[in-house]
Amino acid sequence: MKRRDFFVKSLGAGFAAGAAFSLGGYNKLWASTPGAQAYDMVAVMGGEPDAMFDKGISALGGITNFVKKGQTVVIKPNIGWDRSPEMAANTNPLLIKRIVEHCIRAGADRVYVFDHTCHNWVKSYKNSGIEKAAKDAGAKIVPADTEKYYQEVDIPGASILKKAKVHELILESDVFINVPVLKHHSSTKMTATMKNLMGNVWDRGFWHSNNLHQCIADYATFEKKPTLNIIDCYRVMMRNGPQGVSVSDSVEMKAQIISTDMLAADTAAASMIKMTPEQIDYIPLASKKGIGRMDIENLNIHKIKM
Amino acid sequence: MRSSFLRTARIVLAVMIFIIITLSFIDFRHIIPDKWFNFILYFQVVPSLMNFINVPALASAGFIFVLALTLTTGRSYCSILCPLGIYQDIVSRIGGKFRRKFRKFRFGKEYVILRYVILTVTLVVILAGSVFLLGLLDPYSIFGRSATYFLQPVVLMINNLVAAVLSLFDNYAIFKVDLVRIPLVVYILPVLLLALVTWLSFTKGRLYCNTVCPVGTLLGLISKVSLFRIRIDESSCTHCGLCAANCKASCIDFKNENVDLSRCVACFNCIPVCPDRAISYGFKKPGPLKTGDEPDQDKRGFISGMLALLAFLPRSMKAQDAPVPKKESTVPEKRTSPVCPPGGVSIKHFNDYCTACSLCVSACPNNVIIPSIKEYGIAGIMQPRMDYHKGFCNFECIRCTEVCPSGALLPLALEAKKLTQIGKVNFIKENCIVETEKTDCGACSEHCPTKAVQMVPYIGNLVIPEVNNEICVGCGACEYACPTKPFKAIFVDGNPVHQDAKKPEEEELKVQELEEFPF
Repeated sequence: MKRRDFFVKSLGAGFAAGAAFSLGGYNKLWASTPGAQAYDMVAVMGGEPDAMFDKGISALGGITNFVKKGQTVVIKPNIGWDRSPEMAANTNPLLIKRIVEHCIRAGADRVYVFDHTCHNWVKSYKNSGIEKAAKDAGAKIVPADTEKYYQEVDIPGASILKKAKVHELILESDVFINVPVLKHHSSTKMTATMKNLMGNVWDRGFWHSNNLHQCIADYATFEKKPTLNIIDCYRVMMRNGPQGVSVSDSVEMKAQIISTDMLAADTAAASMIKMTPEQIDYIPLASKKGIGRMDIENLNIHKIKM
Repeated sequence: MRSSFLRTARIVLAVMIFIIITLSFIDFRHIIPDKWFNFILYFQVVPSLMNFINVPALASAGFIFVLALTLTTGRSYCSILCPLGIYQDIVSRIGGKFRRKFRKFRFGKEYVILRYVILTVTLVVILAGSVFLLGLLDPYSIFGRSATYFLQPVVLMINNLVAAVLSLFDNYAIFKVDLVRIPLVVYILPVLLLALVTWLSFTKGRLYCNTVCPVGTLLGLISKVSLFRIRIDESSCTHCGLCAANCKASCIDFKNENVDLSRCVACFNCIPVCPDRAISYGFKKPGPLKTGDEPDQDKRGFISGMLALLAFLPRSMKAQDAPVPKKESTVPEKRTSPVCPPGGVSIKHFNDYCTACSLCVSACPNNVIIPSIKEYGIAGIMQPRMDYHKGFCNFECIRCTEVCPSGALLPLALEAKKLTQIGKVNFIKENCIVETEKTDCGACSEHCPTKAVQMVPYIGNLVIPEVNNEICVGCGACEYACPTKPFKAIFVDGNPVHQDAKKPEEEELKVQELEEFPF
């Protein structure tokens, strides 16, 4: 499905869902905005993570544009590290909670949350606050520390990473929502949308030893792409990434970027941490693969200030 | 006292303690609160003694209570508190069921010479500076190793089987847990000792405790003068021999109405079986001691043979080879010292106090602590070390220091642990992906909790690791994450004496607040 087609179709569904909701007298906060423009990207600033998501997703026509009744949803935050939320090494738990709530309200049959963590997964899930947040909102939190959960897939568009073992939930779920946290990263300089997908695969060592940047771009060509990307820029780690040494490594930006285009989202995110996309090798490489748009100045971006 | 209540109470207590202590060794999800088993570990004689020599304090004085308990009640420690003793009672009971027709306990001679030779040699080896023999023969440590290396894997396999079934139903309440891969040679000593103890208890009751066990021999010396003891009322005894036939310690010489108190483990099995109610447990002034007869040469030969075998085995062991590499790195890691877990103070301290009970091995949530083979030298076999090819030490975790009963790992507050340097990072540029492949990697720096490994500009856009040993804690995350084989491009060399790491500097970030989106 082409990106434009997708938007046209989503918009139609959005109208239908919006109409259905308005008939039911549904809480306005959760409803889609009828007549919303087909934005390529929505950027929100100045609110709490959950409130910003409410505004942002509403500008995209509501979550019902992306999640249909009875579908299974997998949400992939960054839960890589045994770090507390204020360190901003993992995705903000409040944001995850709200995304799960939206999906469940939209009638999702099941909502899964997982990450292939770098630290001990039990500790990372717990101390990131994400386990509790997701469970409270009604999601199922799933381990990803064992090879048997992963299935080998072909990535025909890849230059190096031609095969990868991908978590079965990514392959089986109807909707895949990618929720990275924007961070400085010691080896790739930045981690956001595309880099977060590394947590979908089993053998990360292969990426590290076989041209990390190319592997990131390669994996982005894999057919099971995120339905939606939500970059958490509420607290942003500016140095010592990806896990941070102390709270002073991060600053409060109170922002959020939502897009279906991974490359556009990452390009925008780079500027948030004062980098050019060219400095982050995997962004131009992904652009060469035709993953999305790097020319974000030509995109229809809706900016919301709260 | 002639009540059978004594025996019932002993069994109830023993079963409770056995269950708790066994659970503590297989509790891979850390469900049981520490306080449940800490008090049991507190009374384990050998770990407590090591701990006390280390830091003489009430908190490490458990063995003194045991000595006092023995002086008062006899060797009730062996029946109620010692996990290996209780294990033997269970095996012995099963043995009795199987061999009821042809196994009968009877009064046996004490292997006086062997008993005291083992105790003396153990003490001499300790004085010579090694706890190897003590750790090898200590009943608590034998039990701990058996539980860690045999029971926990079985429990994990069952857990993983259940997890696999539940995951089919989309339930993840029970999840798969990786088994620690331990070199096979490590199993030799635990297998032999467990086999020895099991066989002896199956056929002979408490023969291990009354011949080999240094704790049993030591407590036996004290229990000879204990205030409360089993005694036979000469006037009512009809010499039927039922008591001796039920004595797993083989210590009742009913013909002479005498009980060998150095071997009696105060199990009270004899009291209810006596049809004459001639046996009682009570206060008695110490009477004249009777010595045993001549030792049985066959049994003696058997046991000393087993011991010789055990002493010989470590010498014939060799380390396993590293896995076959996909892509070869060229420069071997030059390690000068193994890494001992945090709280170990120094390798010497750790080696001096660790009895290799392996509780830290089973408690470590990151599978980084594994038993050594020859890294500490042959005398340190089974004493745990950090293996950074298997895992790395979680920066936020102090589990091993919390569970260690012998003071080999001293308690460390989390903040202190974060500044304890157990080893130093070494970078081998010639092996590094960035150098050999000219592509970015940085897995080491990603995993470093203090940024002692930083990525610095290299050629073009590339970044390469740079190490700062002042803030390195030696957790091994970099080594674990490094993808090169067979040699790592970054590794941690142990500190023979643990040092203080500097706290990473915290500079204030100078970032202007975002007013508008920069795109």
